[in-house]
Amino acid sequence: MPAEVVDVVDRGNSKMSEELKFIVFSLMKVGAVAGVMMGMIAYVVLAERRVSAFIQGRLGPNRVGPLGVLQPLADAVKAFFKEDFVPAYTRKVYFWIAPALAMLPPLMAVAVIPFGSRLGGQKMVVADLNVGILYTFSVVSLAVYSIILAGYGSNSKYPFLGSVRGSAQVISYEIAMALSVIPVFMYTGDLNLSAVIGHQTGGIWNWFVFKAPISFIIFLVASFAEANRHPFDFPETENELVAGHNTEYSSIKFAMFFMGEYGNMIAGAAIMATLFFGGWTLPVFGLDKPAETLFVGILHILIFLAKVVVFVVLAIWVRWMWPRFRFDQLMDLGWRRLIPLALANILGTALLLWALN
Amino acid sequence: MYEWLFYIFAGLMLVSGFMVVANPFTRSPVASAMFLVVAIVSMAGLFVMLNAFFLAAVQVIVYAGAVVVMFLFVIMLLNPVERSRRRGWILGVVSALLAPAALVLLLLKAFYALDGGDIAETPVLEGGARELGELLFSAYVLPFEVVSVLLLAAIVGVVVLNKRETE
Repeated sequence: MPAEVVDVVDRGNSKMSEELKFIVFSLMKVGAVAGVMMGMIAYVVLAERRVSAFIQGRLGPNRVGPLGVLQPLADAVKAFFKEDFVPAYTRKVYFWIAPALAMLPPLMAVAVIPFGSRLGGQKMVVADLNVGILYTFSVVSLAVYSIILAGYGSNSKYPFLGSVRGSAQVISYEIAMALSVIPVFMYTGDLNLSAVIGHQTGGIWNWFVFKAPISFIIFLVASFAEANRHPFDFPETENELVAGHNTEYSSIKFAMFFMGEYGNMIAGAAIMATLFFGGWTLPVFGLDKPAETLFVGILHILIFLAKVVVFVVLAIWVRWMWPRFRFDQLMDLGWRRLIPLALANILGTALLLWALN
Repeated sequence: MYEWLFYIFAGLMLVSGFMVVANPFTRSPVASAMFLVVAIVSMAGLFVMLNAFFLAAVQVIVYAGAVVVMFLFVIMLLNPVERSRRRGWILGVVSALLAPAALVLLLLKAFYALDGGDIAETPVLEGGARELGELLFSAYVLPFEVVSVLLLAAIVGVVVLNKRETE
């Protein structure tokens, strides 16, 4: 074979193996992230039940396994083996699609979040997009379809009212949420989430929760509303709408709505940890630089997970300590308080940056 | 593999676009709206293949996440009954013929202008937020401001209409 031909073939091979490496490592990361996410959803449900029990002076589920740690397993078995009852008056296609759509957005949203610095030569993020946060918003904005279709597909009164409420709420708070994070990106000058984390290194005062506190407060409130969490869980207010959009669902279909809610909670916690609390970094012991050893790489992942857990526990705590709002109060808070506040925050940040330069 | 992605997205977009306007299985407006979402998301996929990541994300946020949700909201609250198709059908036919004719003309012109030239010569542009923002506030500042005034007018119009009704 002539030398040039060998060269071309070799280059073809190395390009092929480069592509293959990318595909294999991406699949591994996708599998790991999705697996950890599903495991966390199962245990956040248990945490919710235990924490709510402690807040109310009960014990909570503590019988399956030591301290009740095998309870999620029992829950899953129960969800699968219960009768899956589909009422005759439902619109079948939408009724079946809605639970699947509830699970999809949170699982997709975590794809752009850097959950660690690096292990070996691999960056610990599934997709390091340069429009990172916009991708997250675009995926999260699709979550509303599961509520709408659940209400429409159920074809009965309470789910319908719940879904109309839910869609109005999600659209309203999406605006406040998107506006609230703009100051963060004005500081960073980049939409990439790895760049946002890089900007928060070198001292705890560089965390955006201290640099842009108003952004953090608005984002926190809006993320509860986006996940339909208490005190904004209007799509399913059980004292007025039975169970809102998931009234007609049973068995694993109901469980998927449930898991979607917790998935949203975890995704929101991961975004908050990344945007406002330095992601996988800690400002001590030089833990804010990309890892060189395997041990530090694993430590970074654990730091990130710990931060996520803190926000998840915060969401659970808020649920059991606060009364529910009224729907008009929710709309008032969103449109007449949070959105003007977010706009003023953007203007203030712009003025500050202009004055500093 | 890359070409196959194009065919998947383009095919999905064409099929769901057809289902929006002429669904053979159901006349339900909710089905049309849902197929519109599929069409929009596939279009975002095509934007990604053109390296226009910002445009793709904004396309999904604005159209799939907000506009179609509004459509669904209105459909579900007002429950539109099937209106008579007689009224204004001439206008419908004329616009249905004119719009594709104009598009075909445009495409033909583009193909003839190519004249066997090399398409691959064009540089790959990275359609990020920064580049788009710079263009919007420099070269295209006048159209940009005109569009914002138009939107403002629409908002004021809605507020005025609402005020009149409550009085």
